[in-house]
Amino acid sequence: MNAVKFLFAAYIATWVIHGVYLGSLVRRFSHLRQQLKDLGKK
Amino acid sequence: MKRLFPILSILTVILLAYALYEALVVAPTDALQGDVYRIIYYHVPSAWTAFLLFFINFVASIEYLVRAKRSTEVAAKWIVIAIGVIGVIATFIPAVQHMLPTGMRPSAVATTVVLIPVVYFLIGRWFPGDRLDILAVTSAEVGVVFCTIVLVTGPLWARPVWGIWWAPGDIRLTSTLVLWLIYVSYLVLRRFSSSAQTQMLAAALAVFGALDVPLVYFSIWFFRTQHPQPVIGGGGSMDPRMLHVLLINWMAFLCFAFLVCWSRFRLELLHREVEQAHAMESLVGAGASKTSLPLSRRSE
Repeated sequence: MNAVKFLFAAYIATWVIHGVYLGSLVRRFSHLRQQLKDLGKK
Repeated sequence: MKRLFPILSILTVILLAYALYEALVVAPTDALQGDVYRIIYYHVPSAWTAFLLFFINFVASIEYLVRAKRSTEVAAKWIVIAIGVIGVIATFIPAVQHMLPTGMRPSAVATTVVLIPVVYFLIGRWFPGDRLDILAVTSAEVGVVFCTIVLVTGPLWARPVWGIWWAPGDIRLTSTLVLWLIYVSYLVLRRFSSSAQTQMLAAALAVFGALDVPLVYFSIWFFRTQHPQPVIGGGGSMDPRMLHVLLINWMAFLCFAFLVCWSRFRLELLHREVEQAHAMESLVGAGASKTSLPLSRRSE
């Protein structure tokens, strides 16, 4: 039973890493779109 | 294309959910390790996906380097064809078959060797010009994410099974860590270097980095290590029901990796578009300021 916590920790860690990376992609996308919009306005 | 992405995303989420259900509920419990062995369903597919992405990065980097000169491009094509042909023929020679590590099937080696020219020519055809460099950076970045998962889930599995988080000096573990460090330095180089040669230097680093992938994979055959034998194409064995679940999880991770790479590729295209727009703006700005100078100073 005690070992099962390692199993859940591994699965959660996997999705946390993917989540953080996907979050960084979304943030970079929105930042670039904003830059492009600002350039279009000038 | 805009409709395809959300459809594929929904299908991938369904596949990932199904793979998770198979891994946690359907797959039988291991007689020795108990339920903790189920980490294999995330650890191994992540490793295979990372290796595949580093291989794509390697091929894209080689093609980027050889395209600098027409003669090297032609020579590289013939070398790749020769590797494919000689490699396949060699795996059918009994003397070569005896040299293969125990448990490694010649058919698996032949298939891998055939894939080298196939991937090389497909990448060359689908990613012309600068897109080759974009593919290289995309595959390296997503590969690092998957390799990070391998390095995190590995110790979480080792602690309850081996009694230690990390086996210092173990060649499999150390070479995987070195692989991760090489690709992190590749990404750091690309992120912070502003030299005109950055793409070339990064491509050269990627070629050397990829040499570590076979070392990681084959280390368990040639060195004493605590890491178990591979479950496919190696000396390890696995219950067919477990293998089925493992392959489902790998499929799910491959689909997910494909979508992430697609997004990262689009991000890089947008990034270069913004950079070009900034360059154009500064050129126009410089031109405007030059024309606004007094006539007497224009010659300066």
